[in-house]
Amino acid sequence: MVSVGSADRYLPDTVQQAVKILVVGAFGVGKTTLVGSVSEIAPLRTEEVMTEASVGVDDLAGMSTKTTTTVAMDFGRITLNSWLVLYLFGTPGQRRFWDLWDGLAEGALGVLVTVDTRRLEDSFDVLEQLELRGLPFAVAVNQFPDSEEYGVEELRTALDLLPETPVVMCDARERAASVDALISLVEYVSNVGTVRVRETAS
Amino acid sequence: MSEPDGEYAASALRPYVITKGRSRPSRNTIGVETLLIAVDPPRDVPVSATREERALVRMCERLLSLVEAAAHLELPVSLVKVLASDLVDSGHLSARSGVPQAVLPDSQLLQEVLDGLRRLR
Repeated sequence: MVSVGSADRYLPDTVQQAVKILVVGAFGVGKTTLVGSVSEIAPLRTEEVMTEASVGVDDLAGMSTKTTTTVAMDFGRITLNSWLVLYLFGTPGQRRFWDLWDGLAEGALGVLVTVDTRRLEDSFDVLEQLELRGLPFAVAVNQFPDSEEYGVEELRTALDLLPETPVVMCDARERAASVDALISLVEYVSNVGTVRVRETAS
Repeated sequence: MSEPDGEYAASALRPYVITKGRSRPSRNTIGVETLLIAVDPPRDVPVSATREERALVRMCERLLSLVEAAAHLELPVSLVKVLASDLVDSGHLSARSGVPQAVLPDSQLLQEVLDGLRRLR
């Protein structure tokens, strides 16, 4: 099967290691936009089938039979250097969704939580799950044109974040802004690591 | 409330037919980001290999992550994990960078990630 551009899908043979960052958030907060703005490949989509009782499930509310739902995950890729590649997985925030991709969070460098200031409450569930799992995360506030403007500290309080959790304002459509959000996350993860090592050493 | 048995969506059932009823890969070091490549020189897949196994080996003629292979083949990641795991065991595919055992990534790796991201700005 030869299709246009299929030669570009492959990684250089010198790449030895892959790392990943999860981009999570409620529906419609700009996860896919953020992944797409930094990815070197057109974002790809993969789907899993979820079977569960559909009470209260998105799009199926009101039905109470057992059902299957197809859940999609979009992802992108950044080749960082000749031997290292970074994958970005954009997944819905609810735990029952990211557990569909068994082991998705395992070994992840960290999690970037995308937040829409018009619907802050949608992020509470995501943030709680991350705290429970002990995954390091940073918050990227996606600024929509009609969003009200909030200060970082105001948002930190509203989301009940720890003082050290990075909060960055980010227009997910802008590559530079999205890259900066990823940098904030990785810098934070580096610092968390240093602190933990010190704690263990003492 | 009663519902007729056997009313499963075809798309939910089919993966388990392809994997001969298994939902778990034979090795737990295969992750979504595991890099796969067909062994060189290529080994013929057995005649009993499924269409999906053949397609996966073909897709991995050059280096690609498991999740990309799954997306290009339009197969669920959970299924491709099982297939890839078998094909690594049988010596048709080789896997690079499986799921790391360490809880925290080491600081040198994080520095390389940071350097790579900063070059994108």
